[in-house]
Amino acid sequence: MTKYKLIDHTADIGIDIFGNTLSDLFSNAGFAMFDIITDITAVDAKDEHIVRIEGIDKEQLLVNWLGELLYLHDVKCLLFKDFLITDMNKNHLTATIRGEKYIETKHAINTVIKAVTHHALSVRHEHNQWKARVIFDL
Amino acid sequence: MTYKYKIEKIDEYSWRIPREGKMRVDGIVYANETMMKEIQKDESLQQVINVSHLPGIVGHSFGMPDIHWGYGFPIGGVAAFDLDDGVVSPGGVGYDINCGVRLLRTDLQRIEIVHKLDSLVNTLFSSIPSGVGSHRKDLRLSHQEEKNVLKNGAQWAVSQGYGSKNDLEHIEENGRIAGADPELISERALERGKAQLGTLGSGNHFVEVGYVSEVYDAKIAQTLGLQKDSITIVVHTGSRGFGYQVCDDSIRTMIKASKEFNIELPDRQLCCAPIKSQQGQDYLAKMACAANYAFANRQMITHWIKESFERSLHINPGESKISVVYDVCHNIARIEDHIVDGRKKPLCVHRKGATRAFPPHHAQTPDAYKEVGQPVLIPGDMGRCSYVLVGTEKAYTTTFGSTCHGAGRVMSRGKAKKLASSRNISRELKEKGILVRADSRATMDEEIPEAYKDVTEVVDVVEHAGISKKIAQLKPLCVIKG
Repeated sequence: MTKYKLIDHTADIGIDIFGNTLSDLFSNAGFAMFDIITDITAVDAKDEHIVRIEGIDKEQLLVNWLGELLYLHDVKCLLFKDFLITDMNKNHLTATIRGEKYIETKHAINTVIKAVTHHALSVRHEHNQWKARVIFDL
Repeated sequence: MTYKYKIEKIDEYSWRIPREGKMRVDGIVYANETMMKEIQKDESLQQVINVSHLPGIVGHSFGMPDIHWGYGFPIGGVAAFDLDDGVVSPGGVGYDINCGVRLLRTDLQRIEIVHKLDSLVNTLFSSIPSGVGSHRKDLRLSHQEEKNVLKNGAQWAVSQGYGSKNDLEHIEENGRIAGADPELISERALERGKAQLGTLGSGNHFVEVGYVSEVYDAKIAQTLGLQKDSITIVVHTGSRGFGYQVCDDSIRTMIKASKEFNIELPDRQLCCAPIKSQQGQDYLAKMACAANYAFANRQMITHWIKESFERSLHINPGESKISVVYDVCHNIARIEDHIVDGRKKPLCVHRKGATRAFPPHHAQTPDAYKEVGQPVLIPGDMGRCSYVLVGTEKAYTTTFGSTCHGAGRVMSRGKAKKLASSRNISRELKEKGILVRADSRATMDEEIPEAYKDVTEVVDVVEHAGISKKIAQLKPLCVIKG
């Protein structure tokens, strides 16, 4: 199954994300973000981090989750490739994420994402599938 | 494509989206006929309408000719709110708070530097950190010192030896927005800010060395210190990860506040709170911190630009006479006095991808430009040109003293990359006499000139609409991009 697809946005980047379960959807959203940032095949799953996220609903939970990954990327220069959601409901998630520190000679930065926005944000279940839309500020 | 809204032509350069449904005011968009067709291809007009739903909006919800689809507010959007019953929205300012532009002038002539551009562009690229993980190795900020940056902006930078007091007189609000309260800032924002002060960032941020290619009003150009063929430098950057974190933190608070105050939102990114509420006041105090951070950032980068010029051109300090023409915010909310129904009233003016354009003799027009109006700096894409304009009385009375901010994108980054994939953009620009150094090929490809509207058309619209006056055109010689 396709994990995500880009949608055309004039200034920024938007993505539609797909998943069989809500956990799948969130995992694929993490993958999509780092697939846009870098060539994810060049990232090794060397270091492991556990993150816990809260949100008032599943939409905000998604933004907060991606925001947390982006924060770790921006401040600690980390790139992630594995996103294992170990526990979640619509207000909370715990995930084990794996990746490594950015190395200039090893990793290409294709797109710098500045922020995860709430614009046109949606998370819904339709035709037996979870689907979400997120717009990134570049 | 069919649209749910009506558009009425007012004149050759302006359009009205009449109030209907839950809109509280009309939408007004500045554009020519061709641009208007293009604008309707994305969601930006719907965003003009969404903004007009917000409580306490005064006058109109404006779209400038560089309008394009943003998140929440459109990019190129202006909206003013009544202090008593209006709201302030972090989405109306954006993530990159006080993303802005600074123009420097020099005594150097184009002929003196064209054969030294290679060395100049390389020195600039190595002196001004850009891209992922970039930071200044020679800059270590303590927590307390960072709070001083947030309180004092460019004034802090000058106190540390980056530039002079004279620079401060040529910056919007003298490089320091009052009311900043660092105690409200999250640990996360402080952490992000500490590492990134003095860095350019990425995407459309740049430092561009160019020259004055055309002068449209010799007298005003002289007041601005701009002569034909003299070298200029444009700096475009903002508050970096610090601003993004402040915006992110504030949006979380504002989503709750919108519920608390029963504000119906057409888009969650427009979340807001009454200006007078604690949440509204706190946001303005945090936003001022980020705005000051950005002023300090551009002030420090200016210092390294001066050093780079001296080093690469082998000139003595001070000989290039590099000085600040002006420095404007492109993403900001300001409390300003405006005339509403014939009476002076303080309003909270949101400019998201728009520039203040105050007229001659206005109290907040800097002393040096009292006779000519506040300078407005409009960067174009890296292959064409940029413009210097001044504010007008008409801008003050019709658009809350606001005008456009740049060329505005017309093409998504994906499309631009596809278009550039088989081309060597760097070589194409070099053949036009423009040297570009970018942190990655991706940045270069995304920023191809064709991805932007023609800035000349944008500027012609604001000039014909009377909301700014064109003074000079600048053409690029070399550019560094994040």
